[in-house]
Formats: sequence, structure tokens, C-alpha cells
Amino acid sequence: MTAAAWTRTAIGAALLRPLVNNNPIALQMLGICSALAVTTKLDKALVMAISLTVVAGLSNLLVSLIRKAIPTTIRIIVQLAIVSSVVIMVDQVLKAYLYEISLELSVFVGLIITNCIVLGRTEGFAMQNPPLISFVDGIGNGLGYGLVLLAVGFIREFIGTGKLFGYTVLPTVYEGGWYVPNSMFLLAPAAFFIIAAMIWCLRTWKPEQQEKG
Amino acid sequence: MRIDSPRYTVLFAAAVCVVCALLVAGSTVLLRERQLANQFLYLQKNVLQAAGLVPAGARIPDREVVDLFEQNVRTRLVDLRTGDYAEPAGIEPERYDQRRARGDPAQSRSAPANLAQIKRIPHLARVYLVTEGGRPGQVVIPIEGIGLYGMLYGFLALDRDTTTIRGLAFYENRETPGLGGEVDNPKWRALWPGRKAFDESWQPRIQLVKGVAGPPGQAPHHVDGLSGATITSNGVTRMLAFWLGEHGFGPYLAKVRERSGP
Repeated sequence: MTAAAWTRTAIGAALLRPLVNNNPIALQMLGICSALAVTTKLDKALVMAISLTVVAGLSNLLVSLIRKAIPTTIRIIVQLAIVSSVVIMVDQVLKAYLYEISLELSVFVGLIITNCIVLGRTEGFAMQNPPLISFVDGIGNGLGYGLVLLAVGFIREFIGTGKLFGYTVLPTVYEGGWYVPNSMFLLAPAAFFIIAAMIWCLRTWKPEQQEKG
Repeated sequence: MRIDSPRYTVLFAAAVCVVCALLVAGSTVLLRERQLANQFLYLQKNVLQAAGLVPAGARIPDREVVDLFEQNVRTRLVDLRTGDYAEPAGIEPERYDQRRARGDPAQSRSAPANLAQIKRIPHLARVYLVTEGGRPGQVVIPIEGIGLYGMLYGFLALDRDTTTIRGLAFYENRETPGLGGEVDNPKWRALWPGRKAFDESWQPRIQLVKGVAGPPGQAPHHVDGLSGATITSNGVTRMLAFWLGEHGFGPYLAKVRERSGP
């Protein structure tokens, strides 16, 4: 295999593996807390997924660019400084261009700093790999996270309010329709159950993801 | 210099800090103007929604919001202690920061114990006068108070008779989406116009009740509570009672009635 072809395969794998085979939430068990918080509505879940993807991609890129110059003793705090700066910039951009969504999301966007996915990828991947593939790895993991977020958001908003992206799909009894929304799906524990059920299904489909007891 | 030497480590850390600080500061400074414009526009849009000039939940272009606001709405400041209009030198009513004033001891006073859990009252508050048929037809007052998880901020639009409600809009809330967060719901907001804020002796009377309140003609002082959100509903009732009452806009609204117009 030529070097170029090898790189292309590796980049494809870095982008696609986190979607199903190595999903940050379902397999690596990272980022669960924010998956509970921002999945009550699909529009919030979508903006959060995009924000995290951008943050993970840029943080991986920046860390990878200077990885050989970072003294090992302070590498974690250097990574955190970079991640936080990127997060603040993303938050500022949201406030400037998506103001109404940023009002609801700002507090969670700030928490991306502590989202284990981002630090997990900078420390676990970008510190050992060249910039381009690190960037793609960050994007891939953001997309894997986003996929789960959207799936959970879809179930919660649909069953909890009868809406999708804020548009009524099932007219609820409160609005003169027939659907009785199940408000339990809007509370945090419901997200736990949904994520657990998804992991169960995924591991039945792909038994190699099961942990040895 | 070795990469693990203390000197290199310190220099490297300093360099990272400087670069990060520049990035963060740069993005904030570059985007500040746009963010403030957004914030301002968002408030204007909510005033227009409360006053019924823009349908609740509608997406309309920014330009239209600005035009509608300029043509129909006049912003003024009211001294809540006396109920008179105030025109302090150097403060534009549009740019007055009521939340900051509330936190500043020189521009606010502490509130007497109240159910809405309002801690401080600003001396000056903004009101929006909406023109109808060439004269002021509505008064829009800002309201705020605690819900289940945090503060709700909104606007209440009253007719020039100061008791007939024309509309209500909450522009900021931290309530559970689908339950307390339904204060945003256009269908719920449509229940408000036509109801009466005060009773015959001019005491604040409007309240949220469990179940269905019925049309404004039959239940002028009641609005349907939000199902599954009793605490948010009580919060809305209490904040309305506070801001319509003697420590809020009560004195101002009384003077509007005396003058028979804002």
C-alpha cells in the first residue's frame, strides 16, 4: 500500500470509527452529563453537537501542532488552556450569530471545557499524532457524540412534547389535540434510560463492544 | 534548552497564556458590537410580541422589528418610588441597564419581604408606550421573578385603562422545557389578552389557576395554569402581583389612570 493511500484510509477511519464502532458516549462512556442536559429539545442538541464538534476538532488540531514542544509535566493544563480558549470563542460566536439559542445554551457551552470527550481526545490522540488526522479525529468524535445527542433529543422531544425542532407533530391535548405527552421524558433520568437502552442495543448488535465481566 | 527543564516549562506556559489570552480577548472585542445589537433587538422583539404587534413565536426579519419599534413604541423611564416619569441627565431610556441598576445600592433599594422573592427594586424602571391611532394606547412594563429553577424575565402589556391585559411575553427563563418552559408557548400566551390585572378596588388580582379558566368574559382574573409546572405558575402569579403592586408599578399605573392616559 502506498503512503498516500494508507493516510487516506487512516483519516477515513479516524472520522468514521467514532460514529458507531468507537462511539465516545456509547463505548468510551464520555460526555454523559451534557447528554442529559441538552437533549430535551432537538434544536439545542443540534447546536450543542455542532459546538462540541468544532471545539474537539480545533482543540485537537492546535494541541497536535505544538505537541512536540509541550513539556510533559504541564501537558494537561496546556491542553485545558487551549480547549477553554476555543470554547470561549465558540460561545462568543454563538452569542453574535445565534443569539436566541445561545441564551439557553450558554451555560452548557461553557461546560464543554470539562467535557471528557475533548480532553480525552487531545490527551489520548492529538498528543501522539500529526495535525491533520488529529483534526479529523476530533471532528469524528464530535459527530459520534452528536449522533447520540440527536437520537436522544429526538426521542425526548417527540415523546415528551409531541414536537420536533419546536414544530408540533402530534397535537397535544393541551392544544386541543389527542396526544397526551409523557413529561417524564423531559426529566434527566429519562435520558439515562434512553442512553442505556441505546448502549444495550448497540452491544447486542456488536458483541465485541461488550466488556468482559 | 531541554524540553523538560524548569526554565523552558515556565517560558512555554507563559507563551501559551499570552496566545490564549489574545485569542479570547480578540474574539470578544470583535464580536461585542454584534452581540449587543442582538441583545437589544431581542428585547425590542419581545416588547412587540407582548404588545401584540408581532405574533408570538413568529420569525420576522430584524429590519422589520426595528421599523415596527421605531414607528410604534416610545421608551421612557419611570421612578418607581413616585410613579412619575424621570428624565435623568446622561441616561438614554433605551440604553438604561435595569439589571445593573438593581444591583447598585445607589440606584436601588432593598425590597420588603414578598412572595415573588424580589430582593432589590431599582429606583428607575423602563416602560414602553405603544402608540395606537395616534395616541399612547398601551403601557408595557417589565416583570421579573423566581420560577422553579431561576429568574423569569418578561413584559406585560396593559391597555391605557391600566387593567385590561393586552399580552405577555417572557424573554428569559430557565424552567423545564415542555413544562414550566411553556411560558413561551404561543397558545398559552394567547389566553392572556382581554383579562383584567386589577379588581374593582384596584388591587392586583390576576392569577394562574389549576385547570382551565374559561374565556376572559367569564373569568377575567384567572388564566390557565401551566400543567405539570405548579411552581412556575405560582411564580408568575406572584411576580405579577408584585410588579402591579405598590412597590412595583402600582403608583405609576395609578397616575396613568388619573391622567386617563400614559
